[in-house]
Amino acid sequence: MENSQTVIQLEDVSVRYRIPNETIRTFKEYLIRLVQGRIKHNDFWALREINIRINKGEVFGIIGRNGAGKSTLLKVISKVLIPYKGHLWIKGNISPLLQLGAGFHPELTGRENIFLNATLLGHSRLEINEKMDEIIAFADIGDFLETPLRTYSSGMQSRLGFSVATAWQPDILILDEVLAVGDSAFRNKCINRLKKYKERGMTILMVSHESNQIRTFCQRAIWLDHGEIKMDGPAAEVCESYENSVLKSSGNS
Amino acid sequence: MIYDSAKRKHPAIEEFLALFRYRDFIYQLVRRDIVARYKRSILGIAWTMLNPLGTMLIMVVVFSRVFNAVQNYPAYVLTGLICWAMFSQSTSHSISMMVWGSRLIQQIYLPKTAFIVSTVIASMVNFLLSLVPLFIILAITKTALGWSIVLLPFSMILILLFSLGVSLLISTLAVFFPDVEQMYPVVLTGWMYMSPIIVPLEFLENVLNGWLLRLNPFYHVLNIFRIIMYKGGVPTGQDWAFALLVSFGALIIGWYIFTRKADSMTYYV
Repeated sequence: MENSQTVIQLEDVSVRYRIPNETIRTFKEYLIRLVQGRIKHNDFWALREINIRINKGEVFGIIGRNGAGKSTLLKVISKVLIPYKGHLWIKGNISPLLQLGAGFHPELTGRENIFLNATLLGHSRLEINEKMDEIIAFADIGDFLETPLRTYSSGMQSRLGFSVATAWQPDILILDEVLAVGDSAFRNKCINRLKKYKERGMTILMVSHESNQIRTFCQRAIWLDHGEIKMDGPAAEVCESYENSVLKSSGNS
Repeated sequence: MIYDSAKRKHPAIEEFLALFRYRDFIYQLVRRDIVARYKRSILGIAWTMLNPLGTMLIMVVVFSRVFNAVQNYPAYVLTGLICWAMFSQSTSHSISMMVWGSRLIQQIYLPKTAFIVSTVIASMVNFLLSLVPLFIILAITKTALGWSIVLLPFSMILILLFSLGVSLLISTLAVFFPDVEQMYPVVLTGWMYMSPIIVPLEFLENVLNGWLLRLNPFYHVLNIFRIIMYKGGVPTGQDWAFALLVSFGALIIGWYIFTRKADSMTYYV
């Protein structure tokens, strides 16, 4: 692209959900309505003509209320959701931090789950073998490595998940309201690791409806409202405007 | 590594390339499927072999008097049952695998066919294991096999491709319409009784002048397997032609429709 520092670029990205007028969730009903010609949709625009350019090494925050389109935007950037319209350009590999338990299987041991989870992130067996000791050490699951995952506490599971997801430095890391892993000691370990990656040039995208988190971690932020960008600028300013608007509307009601 | 949404390849090709990149993920899914299924049972992997044997014994006890015209009924039933198990397991597990995978594809990009391909491969492993009881029964019943047994791998591959194709089709439907998951077992049961698995071939050949059989795609892939493993004969060119048509036809249609719909799956699941 024109700017060599750009790692993510969105041009006029729109996401449209089609919601059937009356919910048709069964195949039988669908066939009946299809024959009758009675399938009508309501369009819901989760994102409207979004334009963003994110540079390498930025910690970029996305703030907004529930249903403003924050998670939809992250899904578009992580190539999970293909937008209805618009253009997406990404340089480098993207790694999202998965929600607790996603991609794990309760009957498999910790070690087997490391393989399952890491291949799911697109790593090869060879790469995993190289990093295995490091992953185990960081997750600190000790004697539980060879026991089935169903015996793990939720704290251990999230430590293992984080450890696998961040064992390799991605070019772009996506955080969806998840930095609440484990106890405070482990959380510090995580933050240190992310800081180290950030110094090496990793870009971070972060979503939250808590303006404090965005203010603490991010330099730049956007404020999403009803699928549109209401404000784009330094994180502190965006957060302030957002807070004011939240205060105002809660005062009104 | 640059991704540009304006420069994407045709979905059917793009998916195939992504699937190759994620081959280690497929391996882990297959392993997960097999390991998780047997980990907590005492007999473990032996169930894969005992299951068809048990079903066969029941069928023989129940039906051997009804269908006593069928020569060597135990071998007839068992050849039918293990092929059917391959097909029905692949397709119905594919649906539940997509349900499991739908949590993941909401959060991370993955080639979605990986869930189907791995399920079908796991069923293929079971299919291979169930050859052991089949050979035992063939030996006990003194079934004569010819040199055509070298064709066995090809007939199994045809069943594999057919199962993959139908799995892709049925799981695409299941993503958009959740009731397909409830409906499908009924379809499978009906399909099974319309196929020459337990019911003798001669009986079905007389239904609707044999058209019920000819229009049943599963019959054509089973036919090859049976000729080799039950009759000890060599399938004719026409037998092969129909089986090839059915299996590659299912695969091409299934792959095309699944990959065409893959982008919009995350809007529904």
